[in-house]
Amino acid sequence: MKELFVILLSAMLTDNFVLAKFMGICPFLGVSKKLDSAAGMGIAVTFVMICATAVTYPIHHGILVPNGLEYFDTVVFILVIALFVQLVETMLKKCIPALYSSLGVYLPLITTNCAVLGVTVLNIDSSFSFLQSIVNAVGAGLGFMIALVIFSGVRKKMEYADIPETFRGVPATLIAASIVSVSFMGFSGLFS
Amino acid sequence: MAEKKSLLNEITKGFVKENPTLVMLLGMCPTLAVTTQAKNGIGMGLATTFVLLGSNIVISALRKIIPDKVRIPAFIVIIASFVTFVGFILEGFVPDLYDSLGIYLTLITVNCIIFGRAEMFASKNGVMSSACDAIGMGLGFTLALFLMGSVREIIGAGQWMGMNIPVLHENPMLLFIMPAGGFFTLGVIIAAVNKIADKKPPQELGCHGCPNASACAQAGKGGCE
Repeated sequence: MKELFVILLSAMLTDNFVLAKFMGICPFLGVSKKLDSAAGMGIAVTFVMICATAVTYPIHHGILVPNGLEYFDTVVFILVIALFVQLVETMLKKCIPALYSSLGVYLPLITTNCAVLGVTVLNIDSSFSFLQSIVNAVGAGLGFMIALVIFSGVRKKMEYADIPETFRGVPATLIAASIVSVSFMGFSGLFS
Repeated sequence: MAEKKSLLNEITKGFVKENPTLVMLLGMCPTLAVTTQAKNGIGMGLATTFVLLGSNIVISALRKIIPDKVRIPAFIVIIASFVTFVGFILEGFVPDLYDSLGIYLTLITVNCIIFGRAEMFASKNGVMSSACDAIGMGLGFTLALFLMGSVREIIGAGQWMGMNIPVLHENPMLLFIMPAGGFFTLGVIIAAVNKIADKKPPQELGCHGCPNASACAQAGKGGCE
């Protein structure tokens, strides 16, 4: 139990996917302008990460490993994730339109997100058990959401800042991200 | 002659004018993640260039055969196959580099540069110009990664390509090889490049490189929200 808790917290804070591992930078910079879209994107990514892990883990251990095909991981995982996201999007559109209108718009953005592929590959690489993998995915997704939500707050403040012309736009955003990343460094050493 | 010139143009445009990382802001994740050393930057850049070259050639050769509706899965399979291939080569011949690139090697699959070029260029142009485009973009990416890696290694570790640098080596600013330094260095470099090129810095990450643009309802509006 304690071990699972450590995996959850370290995926969320010390090894935050966005700010420490640099995965999913594009959505981090693209969808962090407003608080509600940042939260929506975060929830959608968490959901897809959990499902992708639940789908790819059995495929790796049940189909690829027994047949000695581990080197197909990348090809199979990315296709499965892309298919899965499409499936979820279609289902949401048909069955729960209300949820689709709030979360569904972010789903296409996630199909080839490196954070999602990253978490599935990392689960395999660190030879986690199924339960550990799911916990790791939950932590990674929540960490992504925390980073996005915090950063959307920072960007709101930045709109009123008087930034030198050369830095206006993306450069200033990146520098702000660097400061947020420094604050996450405070968590390092939490578990040793 | 004119044709030769345009092929050369396809190559050189990737260096500065349409530099994939610093001007078009594609492939940010590897740019930030592996550039703690100049050497890793070159390795990652060349690996990406190879994947880009292979996938651009194959995709442009097959562009008339692949049906439009299934082109995204088809591109993904082609790209992922090349990534697996590069992984094997690096693991066999340069295991050090393979270890230091780690998971980011696998993540070349979802690098927006490769997908973006496949979607924007290779699926519309011939094999020859796609290959040139790939070389140009790949080398531009390598150049940007090398620059990032050099700055971070020199300031953060007081070394450059493994060589110690006199004064800095005794007092390195460790922050620069940490994640935070990556964001900071990239921000400053983008600002500097835009200043030199006398352009306004990009205000937003556009949709041009996003592989999901065709499926995304927001793409027409020019942003993710």
